[in-house]
Amino acid sequence: MLSSSSNAVLGVMKFRLVGATKGHALLKKKADALTLKFRGICKEIMEKKANMGSMLKDSFFSYTHAVYAAGDGVKHTIQDNVDTANVRVLGGLDNVAGVKIPQFETQVIPGDSKMDLAGLGRGGQQLQSCRKAYQKAVDVLATLANLQTAFYTLDEALKVTNRRVNALENVVKPKLENTISYIKGELDELEREEFFRLKKVQKNKQKAVAALDAEYAAHANGQSPQRTALPEDEFSETSGGNMLSIRDEDVIF
Amino acid sequence: MAMSPEGALIAVIADEDTITGFLLAGVGHVDLRKNTNYLVVDSRTNVRTIEAKFKEFTSREDIAIVLISQNVASMIRHAIEQHTKAVPSVLEIPSKDHPYEPSQDSLLTRVKHILGAQ
Repeated sequence: MLSSSSNAVLGVMKFRLVGATKGHALLKKKADALTLKFRGICKEIMEKKANMGSMLKDSFFSYTHAVYAAGDGVKHTIQDNVDTANVRVLGGLDNVAGVKIPQFETQVIPGDSKMDLAGLGRGGQQLQSCRKAYQKAVDVLATLANLQTAFYTLDEALKVTNRRVNALENVVKPKLENTISYIKGELDELEREEFFRLKKVQKNKQKAVAALDAEYAAHANGQSPQRTALPEDEFSETSGGNMLSIRDEDVIF
Repeated sequence: MAMSPEGALIAVIADEDTITGFLLAGVGHVDLRKNTNYLVVDSRTNVRTIEAKFKEFTSREDIAIVLISQNVASMIRHAIEQHTKAVPSVLEIPSKDHPYEPSQDSLLTRVKHILGAQ
């Protein structure tokens, strides 16, 4: 613990405790906000995942249509025609309670692509509808990817925030409170010691004053003219009185 | 997140039919070195090849989303579990021949766990 405990240190500790309490309250609020968002995202993921299954099934079905209409060779036509992607993902940032979440958005780059010409020989219509179905599927998948990214980011942020909240609540604050109570105890003890010392001093002083008073009283009566006001006044006076009386007897005898 | 001005790519690891569909939609990309952003998986494809490709896709700067069909994902489950970064996000999709099983999705099991636990 602290080696020196004083009012100044107590003040510092109290200030720190106030800061820790405030920080704890704020972090707790942040954790609550994140949890709320997090659970919303979880629910949405569940829905979208179920949605995705049926969505892709439709796409596969239309693909089968297309292959049937256009012949098996269309696969190779498509695979050989791949050049540059015209479906792109744009990144952005979303902000939830100070946590930055990457956001995706699909964008189809306008302009002719070679895929427009796929199936020109036969099955063109089927191929184009298949293409549309897949583009829609890509959109759905992008939203799902969004949710998933948000899920992972929020999960991580929540963990960190909760760890901080718990650390403040269970480690930092009790430690500070302990220190404060220790310093308070120490200060109280000092005060008691001081009080006791003062009492003692006062007692001693009163004793001295009483002795002096007795001395003066004796002096006024003129019984011991040569006595000085020594601390062991009364003691020497009694012994001196005794000795005097003894000497007197000696002289008389 | 470093993204090229025209946007990032979507990578696909799946069987031929699934990939052909996505290529038709305009997802495919072949760069100057003939590197593709997709991997066609058939019965002859080595698991190690899939894993290497998956790692390549997840470490590439210009890929934002990795789509992987569920039966392929099951083959390299440990690699998918290891991928904890938010970007690129790895999405498991059903493949044409294998119906989608929600119980096998790593994300979905986690979501369910969280919703159930809380």
